[in-house]
Amino acid sequence: MIDLSLVPDGGVGWLDASGPQSHLVLSTRVRLARNLARHPFPTRLPEAGREQVLSEVEAAAGETVSLRGGAAFRLDRLERADRQLLHERHLVSKELAGLEGDGTPRRAAALLLQDQVGAMVNEEDHLRLQGLRSGFALEAAYQAVDRLDRELGQRLAFAFHPEFGYLTACPTNVGTGLRASVLIHLPGLVLTKEISKVLQGLGQVGLTYRGLHGEGSEVVGNFFQLSNQTTLGKSEADLLDHLGKIVRQVVEYEEQARQVLLREAPAIVEDKVWRAYGLLRYARTLTFDEAMNLLSAVRLGVGLRIIADVPMYTLNKLLIFAQPAHLAVAEGVAVGDPELGVRRARYVRRVLEDEGGRAR
Amino acid sequence: MTCDQCREREAVVQFTQVAGGQVTTLHLCERCAAEKGVTTTEEVTKSAVGSLVAALGVAGPAGAALRAVEVGATCSGCGATLQDIRQTGRLGCGECYRVFDGALRDLLRRLHGATVHLGERYVAPGAVPAAARGAEVAALREQLRLAVETENFELAAELRDRLRAAE
Repeated sequence: MIDLSLVPDGGVGWLDASGPQSHLVLSTRVRLARNLARHPFPTRLPEAGREQVLSEVEAAAGETVSLRGGAAFRLDRLERADRQLLHERHLVSKELAGLEGDGTPRRAAALLLQDQVGAMVNEEDHLRLQGLRSGFALEAAYQAVDRLDRELGQRLAFAFHPEFGYLTACPTNVGTGLRASVLIHLPGLVLTKEISKVLQGLGQVGLTYRGLHGEGSEVVGNFFQLSNQTTLGKSEADLLDHLGKIVRQVVEYEEQARQVLLREAPAIVEDKVWRAYGLLRYARTLTFDEAMNLLSAVRLGVGLRIIADVPMYTLNKLLIFAQPAHLAVAEGVAVGDPELGVRRARYVRRVLEDEGGRAR
Repeated sequence: MTCDQCREREAVVQFTQVAGGQVTTLHLCERCAAEKGVTTTEEVTKSAVGSLVAALGVAGPAGAALRAVEVGATCSGCGATLQDIRQTGRLGCGECYRVFDGALRDLLRRLHGATVHLGERYVAPGAVPAAARGAEVAALREQLRLAVETENFELAAELRDRLRAAE
């Protein structure tokens, strides 16, 4: 089994709910796509070439302050459950974990990780550098990944074009290679049915949204990942600034929607929140989607101060550890185990019993 | 190149099959590709990535001449052809950006509304930035940024060309 104790906080430090606006924004990530100039991109690079890229990156990473002494995982040498676990933890993409297509990771696919910065190696691009922060913290996340980028860029020659900027396998990432995303919880806008207007508006201002697990994932539990759509023609600062402005606006809309709910339908909202809490507290079997939706309602209840004493950290933890691979690994069963729903319900009950929740 | 399957029509798709650890590459015409269940250009355009891929093949009046060259071109860096790129939606290497410059420029404009990188300027280790040209380039870049900001696209296009020449 994978040993995440090598990573100081198990790679989930970003879940501790310590960051700004943590009641609404779970996490902020900024990633930079980079390629080494002397090698074809990973999908057109033979296995030996990818091994070569990995060893060049590892050597360079060992000299950086950002990654020195960190953990390294070769995805192509991990069992599927462990790869899925890293994906559920938001540390690697589905592609790097080899959870798509034929279900095998690319040879020499790896993750280098230290504190709250990481580097995916041999993803669609040679390098996907990322900075992660708890809450709404675009600047801090960017600073962390920017430092790693500079440190690596001084040691490895990146593919850079004077006009197009940083070159990437997919033309949607070229230029800055920067994709910043903010994982935000918007139950108020969903319940007041304002969400589609907001999501439509995002498209008009050059932003896009995805589900909990990024590209190609579905929206569950009212969690949305908002991110910039374009990467070329604007500076890094402008891209971050623009996303930040829009996210602040969305936060404001969400707060307004919550006030509308409290004003217009207090009894209905309170009932919804407590029913969800009751189910989580006493249900004997829970699917993942059901757990997510119930956790979303409880989270709203905590935000609206209907429920007291359930820390956001506890809710964040449940969000991650109730996922199939996390649960399966913790319980020592297979990811597809039919008993997983029963085990999930037991796990959720135990955590809520230990970590609180009472009426105000 | 003729189709590996029917040996009659012109091959337009490179089809790579991985089965039992064996990699086989076939060059197929549209019809034979469709028979093998490979989505061809028409079908691909229906998906989001598809529209991106199809954009690579759409000829604008200015790019038409360039594109005729690019369609038959093979990237010297990785061996990718325009067909490969259309098929996967991915470029093969940094050199592809030079080889397929014309088709890409249109695509980038469509995807990003711009073709010029305005972010961090990267200098590879060991490379010395050309100091003499540096000032001119920086000035042009700033003018270009302003032109783009004020949506003066005609001026922006001119500045972009001058910038490209200077670089």
